Amino acid sequence: MSGDPKLERIAKGNALALCATGTWTASFAPVLERMVADAEKLAGGSQSVFIDVSEVAKLDTFGAWLIERLRRSLTQGAVEAQIAGLSANYSSLVDEVRRVRATPVIDTSAVTITGMLEQIGRAVAGVGGTVAGLIDMLGAVLAAGARTLIHPRSFRLTSTVHHLEQVCWRAVPIVVLITFLIGCIIAQQGIFHFRRFGADIFVVDMLGVLVLREIGVLLVAIMVAGRSGSAYTAELGSMKMREEIDALRTMGFDPIEVLVLPRMLALVLALPILAFLGAMAALYGGGLVAWLYGGVDPEAFLLRLRDAISIDHFIVGIVKAPVMAAVIGIVACVEGLAVQGSAESLGQHTTASVVKGIFFVIVMDGVFAIFFASIGM
Amino acid sequence: MAQEVQNGIQNPIIRVRDITVQFGATRVLDGLDLDVKRGEILGFVGPSGAGKSVLTRTIIGLVPKVAGSIEVFGVDLDASNTSQRRNVERRWGVLFQQGALFSSLTVRQNIQFPMREYLRVSQRLMDEITIAKLTMVGLKPEVADRFPSELSGGMIKRVALARALSLDPDLVFLDEPTSGLDPIGAGDFDELVRTLQRTLGLTVFMVTHDLDSLYTACDRIAVLGNGKIIAAGSIADMQASQHPWLRQYFHGKRARAVMG
Repeated sequence: MSGDPKLERIAKGNALALCATGTWTASFAPVLERMVADAEKLAGGSQSVFIDVSEVAKLDTFGAWLIERLRRSLTQGAVEAQIAGLSANYSSLVDEVRRVRATPVIDTSAVTITGMLEQIGRAVAGVGGTVAGLIDMLGAVLAAGARTLIHPRSFRLTSTVHHLEQVCWRAVPIVVLITFLIGCIIAQQGIFHFRRFGADIFVVDMLGVLVLREIGVLLVAIMVAGRSGSAYTAELGSMKMREEIDALRTMGFDPIEVLVLPRMLALVLALPILAFLGAMAALYGGGLVAWLYGGVDPEAFLLRLRDAISIDHFIVGIVKAPVMAAVIGIVACVEGLAVQGSAESLGQHTTASVVKGIFFVIVMDGVFAIFFASIGM
Repeated sequence: MAQEVQNGIQNPIIRVRDITVQFGATRVLDGLDLDVKRGEILGFVGPSGAGKSVLTRTIIGLVPKVAGSIEVFGVDLDASNTSQRRNVERRWGVLFQQGALFSSLTVRQNIQFPMREYLRVSQRLMDEITIAKLTMVGLKPEVADRFPSELSGGMIKRVALARALSLDPDLVFLDEPTSGLDPIGAGDFDELVRTLQRTLGLTVFMVTHDLDSLYTACDRIAVLGNGKIIAAGSIADMQASQHPWLRQYFHGKRARAVMG
């Protein structure tokens, strides 16, 4: 029944007859396309062309369209084209294909220098929009917070506790493990280099100041941005995609109050706790390495630590935590609510959430460093 | 055509025997048998949660079964090797309940996706066939460059059908194709399925809740209940049946309204 498709030419004076045989289906599309193109060239000179399709064994949309394409291009070249011998089964398919309006495809994918410059320009202009979006969200969250203060009953305690469990309690093991290891590494490096000057004991000063002021909170903030910021963006983004946020709005709920505020609050509470735990784990790890590797016994370590650091160092570190949490939360929620309908958009915004979150955390850390230096802390 | 239908009775295009599907302790399908004949439109009905979608997903291999055998195009899907299976998959198209369009691809890319994978055709031909498919499902060529999120519910169903048809399959599975469409849109869709079945010689396996679809589009109806096919036959057979659920379904207020 099936066989390789053919398009045979039989010349009859001025007229040309083309006889199609075999299987005209998608699997043979490359062959068919070449044959049709040849036939177009060949038939160009003649006055009328007769296409006989009675011998076609099998026809699908691809085959029917190619016959139609041949007919169209011949008609355009002022050649009279006729299709004959269609079986009843296939004539409706050919009729269907005949209704198709051929529209040229406009290829917009071409890469040009102006196009690239335009993209760079748009990205730079977009920075302003990003900052405005963050300020907008900060305002909306503060307004929602104020409303909740006035009407405490509208506060979503269950939701806040749930998010607190997700971002704080469940983050404890990984945060403690990583900060412990970082504490170990700092102490080991410190001892290794300080030993050359016979200043082993100063590793305790370095560890204490570094961990309490900077590393503890910064490292934990970066981990939280990667862990919880991305989760917030993905949650809000998929809710946005499935119109759940629109549904909330139509029921008279404010998505900021219902979704964003509990998440923000959970994060602002969680980060100081995690930063404290992280700092303790790092000091413990550092102390352990100082003892086992550097021979500084725990009693000497603690004594030195008490001299080296004051409560100021601890305050400087812990004060930064809620601010960084707020920055991470706002970036994550803005990105989540900016997700459009596609899976690709969700991925882009989740990436952007983490990248921007970490960037702003480091910028904030720099701002704090300048501030504390100028007030002498 | 008449001969094909004759053949179809001996060689059903889908042959399901003794299928059992279980989720945990709940047995959804329990020793189910079903034949779908070549060239027919089979309407598949049953109460919500009876397992209509589960059976569809079991046949296309998305849900594992505990027991039983499934033959599609005469190929036993359990005994088949990868290339046989690919060959079967190339010959069927599936329209999912929510459309399941790839959200990060345009309509054009969605329809061309299976073509790129299975066929070696020029970009020009793919573009032309895409427009042809869109015209067939009653959409304008202009929608080709839109993203799924920019389409209405009815348009998503139509584009999903165009994608299911992109390789000119012999068999299509439609999972509630008219749910979520307005009555006129649903009527058009039934008409469309009918037309396509006639022009392309399709076999259609349609899960539906829509009485109108059953009356206007389907050649044969199979009813699922208690994990088995409780009845199969023409609409007249269904109306004559004494089964309580069938009586309620085909003689209820809505059914009377449809029959006018």
